[in-house]
Amino acid sequence: MTDTWIILGATSSMARAFARKLAEEGATLYLAGRDMADLEASASDCKARGAADAHAVLFDARKPDTFAPILDQMGGEEGMLNAAVFVGSMPEQSEIDENPSLIDGTVIDSFTGPARFLQMLAPMMEERGGGTVVGVGSVAGDRGRVGNYVYGAAKAGFHTYLSGLRNRLTRSGGHVVTVKPGFVDTAMTWGIEGMFLVASPDQVAADLLKAVRKKRNVIYTPFFWRYIMLIIRSVPEPIFKKLSI
Amino acid sequence: MRWKTETYTGWGRALTATGEIARPERASALAALMGSTPSPAIGKCRSYGDACLNDNGRVVDMTRMDRVLSFDDKTGLIEVEAGLQVGEISRLYAPQGWLPAVMPGTGFATVGGCIANDVHGKNHHGLGSFGQHVTQIVLNQNGKEVTITPKNAGLWKATIGGLGQTGIIVRATLQMIACKGDVMMVTERRVDGWDEFLSVLDDSKATYTVGWIDATAKGDALGRGILEEGETGAGLLPKQKASKKVPFNAPHFALSKPIVKAFNNAYYRRVPDSGRTSVKPINDFFFPLDRIHDWNKLYGKRGFHQFQCVVPIDRADQLRAMLEMIANSGLASPLAVLKRMGPGRAGYLSFPMEGYTLAVDFPNRSAAQLLISKLEEMTEEAGGRLYLAKDALARPNRMKAMYPEWKDWLKVVKKADPEGALETDMTRRLELRSA
Repeated sequence: MTDTWIILGATSSMARAFARKLAEEGATLYLAGRDMADLEASASDCKARGAADAHAVLFDARKPDTFAPILDQMGGEEGMLNAAVFVGSMPEQSEIDENPSLIDGTVIDSFTGPARFLQMLAPMMEERGGGTVVGVGSVAGDRGRVGNYVYGAAKAGFHTYLSGLRNRLTRSGGHVVTVKPGFVDTAMTWGIEGMFLVASPDQVAADLLKAVRKKRNVIYTPFFWRYIMLIIRSVPEPIFKKLSI
Repeated sequence: MRWKTETYTGWGRALTATGEIARPERASALAALMGSTPSPAIGKCRSYGDACLNDNGRVVDMTRMDRVLSFDDKTGLIEVEAGLQVGEISRLYAPQGWLPAVMPGTGFATVGGCIANDVHGKNHHGLGSFGQHVTQIVLNQNGKEVTITPKNAGLWKATIGGLGQTGIIVRATLQMIACKGDVMMVTERRVDGWDEFLSVLDDSKATYTVGWIDATAKGDALGRGILEEGETGAGLLPKQKASKKVPFNAPHFALSKPIVKAFNNAYYRRVPDSGRTSVKPINDFFFPLDRIHDWNKLYGKRGFHQFQCVVPIDRADQLRAMLEMIANSGLASPLAVLKRMGPGRAGYLSFPMEGYTLAVDFPNRSAAQLLISKLEEMTEEAGGRLYLAKDALARPNRMKAMYPEWKDWLKVVKKADPEGALETDMTRRLELRSA
């Protein structure tokens, strides 16, 4: 694969695992995020694992002026352009209850920021007639729950956006994979009570790569979350509204 | 940084600890953590006893800090984060012709753990210990990064093999060795008994040499086993089958005397009388047990102990007496290894000395603990020593007597960690931090 991939939110452990797999296949990587020192370390790691090249680039979902320079740089690459989005933020629902303005940041980080970036990338992909976008959403976006409905709402918005983007890019040979992970063993979930069936970032990354190859549209990872969410979605609202799951 | 309360164990699973664990994924998170609450580091917890435990305290899990920071394909120098597993380094670089100079018995061991225990491998007679091939270490001492090299004599020697008491090992630079490729030419031959075993080990010209010993064989067959010799090579091998996993604790009779005896007999006869040479993937030769995940569960929920000692060459008679005692006890498991060691060691508390090393696993029972205590006494009497990475049972005075440079280590450690923030269950049990 001589493809170019941009990884948004590359400091997360899921993104790191995915970038490593792409590196071993010889891709060119743009690792985008805010912690430049960490991104530089990951870029070295990817190069040492076989990436054609790896760049650390500054990306802040809340600062849209960071987007254009990245896209300019990527425009210089040959071959297909691809993107994987791992950004998002999940403040405790109780923190949001105390300070409702946190909603804005959550929605920007988890939905509108990356969507705006993808919106700028899409014409470049269309011009080249292909490429894949992997958008990481969440099972939390499948139904609003009392525990984290703001984060869930942002992710639901992102899911819908990805669905539309898929509809658009497919016309020019491109593809969009929507990923809905269940619980993954990351810094975000470390030490939180009530985690079960936790998957490793490496397992998730392997699922993502497989989904890209097979051009899957929407995947749950690990796969059984599809059935868990099927059940949760099919609980009638009069009952669901009284549950706290 | 969030802390997670967990009960965890060393590889032997006989000792446990309950405490808070942090698992930083970035250098900035680790630095902040060490600035506010300095705590000892753990990796994949492949040391057998309590070197990786801190009961009622905190530990920092380093396994997510596992990146390659630089690699020079001309010189074989590689800088890595301490949580990188050594088997991952060989997987990545053996096909390119570079291999960590020392490969321990499990590829899951992290680089930080390999340094802090100054581990050895099947080429110790030739290239010495892991720490002898480390050229630079970055420590985090109470939130501050300190870079050390062999020129920092005292701090260097107290860090290598030093059980993590001089600060958390954050990054390290290793000098790898050139290899021909990622396959291994392995020659196995039967060895009939003790005397022959010593002489074939002494005469072996191979780069990598290890002896499997049947610790249940008695009488004339005492010390029989299989000599394995390996050389790296280039070639192609069929795709590997997936590794297996032990799903639950085995019942206590799984490793009972008749089963172990039958297994060892079959294992011995697996190699034809005339010997054989075969080609194996490199990681299969170095880490034969890694393909069975969680194999320590075969010993059941009570866990097991590994006894490993080294005795000087001229006291091989004592080692024979120890093996005889083990064979007569009928307590041993199939895992027993005999090796010739060279003099190479890099730290004050490094295990190796020129001599023969014997390692035997025992299911955790009171009879085995008594036997091990007797074996420890015989080791001390022979001027040998016990391996801290394996130990879970020794008493303070015996251990200190076996490590003549322990006082030098203590002096440096007291300066590096005056508050004792990095103490572990092992340093407390063996009273290593008090004179």
